[in-house]
Amino acid sequence: MIEIDRIGFAIGKSEILNEVSAQLPRGKMTAIIGPNGAGKSTLLSLIARLISPASGTIRVDGHNVQQTASDTLARILAVLRQENVIASRLRVRELVGFGRFPHTRGQPDAQDGEKIQWALDLMALSPFADRFLDQLSGGQRQRALIAMILCQDTDYILLDEPLNNLDLFHSRKLMQVLQDMAHRLGKTPVLVIHDINYAAKYADNILAMKQGGIFANGPTQAIFEDDLLSALFDTPIRIHQIEGQPFAMHH
Amino acid sequence: MACRTTNAMPLIAAILLAVVLCILSIFTGVADINIAALFNDPQALWLLAVSRLPRTLAVVLTGGSLAICGLIMQMLARNKFVEPTTAGTGQGAALGIIVITIMAPQASLTIKMLAAIAAALCSTAIFLALIRKLPTDQPFLVPLVGLVFGGFVGAIATFIAYQLDLLQYQDVWMNGEFSGVMLGRYEMLWFAAALSLAAYFVADQFTIIGLGKDMALNLGLGYRQIMLLGMTIICVVTALSVVTVGMIPFVGLVVPNIASRMMGDNLRASLPWVAGLGAMMVLASDLIARLVRYPYEVPVSVVFGIFGSAFFLWLLFSRPAHAR
Repeated sequence: MIEIDRIGFAIGKSEILNEVSAQLPRGKMTAIIGPNGAGKSTLLSLIARLISPASGTIRVDGHNVQQTASDTLARILAVLRQENVIASRLRVRELVGFGRFPHTRGQPDAQDGEKIQWALDLMALSPFADRFLDQLSGGQRQRALIAMILCQDTDYILLDEPLNNLDLFHSRKLMQVLQDMAHRLGKTPVLVIHDINYAAKYADNILAMKQGGIFANGPTQAIFEDDLLSALFDTPIRIHQIEGQPFAMHH
Repeated sequence: MACRTTNAMPLIAAILLAVVLCILSIFTGVADINIAALFNDPQALWLLAVSRLPRTLAVVLTGGSLAICGLIMQMLARNKFVEPTTAGTGQGAALGIIVITIMAPQASLTIKMLAAIAAALCSTAIFLALIRKLPTDQPFLVPLVGLVFGGFVGAIATFIAYQLDLLQYQDVWMNGEFSGVMLGRYEMLWFAAALSLAAYFVADQFTIIGLGKDMALNLGLGYRQIMLLGMTIICVVTALSVVTVGMIPFVGLVVPNIASRMMGDNLRASLPWVAGLGAMMVLASDLIARLVRYPYEVPVSVVFGIFGSAFFLWLLFSRPAHAR
């Protein structure tokens, strides 16, 4: 479980998060949704200890992320931020292999090789495994980064807009993989996501944020309500049930 | 595509080339030494032990360790176009020596060395702090800031040296050359080389640092410790080589970039090649520097500077925006 307790964060004088408290259940996929500037990415970075809060605490699996050793946390949670400029010329297989670093610290064992191949296969990267990152398209590079995060094989997987640059096929594939990891392996993926219909289809739990605070938090079916989503995005949104799934019409 | 490390051919070719270059270097010089003389002429043997061999070793050690330093600095700065002698580290070391020479003219070489290391560390820390504010999508800003900053630190050193009539003295450190290398006057380079070889044990950590701070934190790396370790290696090696043979620009820039093109930036695989290539390229430059107007010498930094800057310009202009 991820326990967020009265978290505050500010950049200069502008307050980004104000007294945010929420609990994200273990073994379920949570989608963080909300308008631009709601503080979604900031909250994700705080959970992943990439930045430090001004106040409050966050616990992941009972570990206070501010006080737990970084290499211990690296075996519990993995995070991929939205923008990743990688200047190094690495082969895809090498990059994905660095996902094993928290476990074997540069002394790879046989199991590492299997894990790397598993992650490459999941993201359909095997044909490009020996290419350099700068020889790939934007979407392929994004998949390589996600494969590295999956290769880290942590219980908590935090992804900030992972569907960036991905086509329909790979978006759907990634969401299925993450859902499967949650339901079958008991992992906890937490995704910041803009396409709310991907959230509707695959997430078990929704954390809706607006203006630096929690707007709503609960099971997907409960959040996908006309009035709630319309108020969240300040846009008229109608929810239709299509083949037993909520589908948000917003244009 | 690129050469594979599993293929033994490039390795064998490289070792053969290295042996040839070393032999050439040992037998090049004003006094004529041939192999036969080594067995019956004690004077030739003495010359070899006191001058020729130390010089060749100094060139190899300097070239290898400066190339590794360049690579580490590029990982820390996350930019392919910086190196210690263009971004303020070398200039900082020179400034440190000049200041200590003025403040304590009688100071031992060790004290001078420590002053050079301390000043190089300050200068490098300021540079790395400066470039942190630069946008990551404009990679050429980083070397530009480095050139301006390095020029600024170098200008302070030159100004002080000019005011106190120490320009000739300063020149010794700013323009590297190996003609003064003799037994007993280059041994500190062994320490520099050992330190840069130690980088091999944290090669993965340096590669990860090159992926950025967030990625390093995600993988549980002690970001600050590795940054500090990298800076220490860069500064100590640069300062040692500035004090011993003087500044040799572009080695740390050109060599890692060639290696990066050939085999990528996974340091565990590329570090030995970077070291070897650095040693061989500086050795070749030193040979040219000794032969181009024989029996006189031109500074090796001039030779490498000419080839190095030409290569750097080629690299800047030929680099495709994004190879697909």
